[in-house]
Amino acid sequence: MLLEYFQMIDTVEELDPDIGKVIARAEVPMESPVFEGHFPGSPLVPGVLLIETMAQASGFMLLSRLEFEKMPFLANVSSAKLRTFVEPGEILRVEAELEHDGSGFAATKARIFRDGKKICDSHLMFRIMAFPNDTLKNNMLDRFSQINQASALTL
Amino acid sequence: MATTFEAVAEIISDTSDIPLDEITPEKNAFTDLGIDSLDFLDIAFAIDKNFGIKIPLEKWTEELNENKASVDEYFVLSKLCDRIDELIAAKDA
Repeated sequence: MLLEYFQMIDTVEELDPDIGKVIARAEVPMESPVFEGHFPGSPLVPGVLLIETMAQASGFMLLSRLEFEKMPFLANVSSAKLRTFVEPGEILRVEAELEHDGSGFAATKARIFRDGKKICDSHLMFRIMAFPNDTLKNNMLDRFSQINQASALTL
Repeated sequence: MATTFEAVAEIISDTSDIPLDEITPEKNAFTDLGIDSLDFLDIAFAIDKNFGIKIPLEKWTEELNENKASVDEYFVLSKLCDRIDELIAAKDA
């Protein structure tokens, strides 16, 4: 994770775009400018960034499903539960699955686990829209090629 | 068994916090009930799941943007329910 750059997912380990399921890994860094403010002397990953982590795992699954022709933008977060503190150095397993594939939108259920124990979960909804420009599309493709270790998908 | 309109009204009331008695068939979801596009995503999600259909929101939006249809044609509730019934019939055919 590079918290300050909103790079939350380190590795996509399993991915099935047809079923709509992804498992990813995220390692919380030992140091980050984010921890200077959240909180001084007691560094914790902000809850909004844990939600962002679940959104990004969902997003990469949806991008793969859409074959990178359109972009999912987070539009709604519901029933988010942040069950415990997340500290520097922790290894997180992020899972997301497609809950509904709508027309112009998609809903996912996402969870974060630490040492096998669920620590966060949420229902997320995304608007599916055209990429606003090629820069973003190419950035998403580059980022995905860097982190994807799943064998199920080849682009 | 609830009619399509009754089920849709219930969904709108639940998702958008609008009293059920204010939701009548001649109302336009956007201009009369004040539902915004984000709320309508929740409504479309709930309608899709409730009826086992996929409301073609992208196609409708495209037609509205190209002035090929009016908002009333899709989002007056009686007409929305007609569209839902058509989608259910097509699914069951």
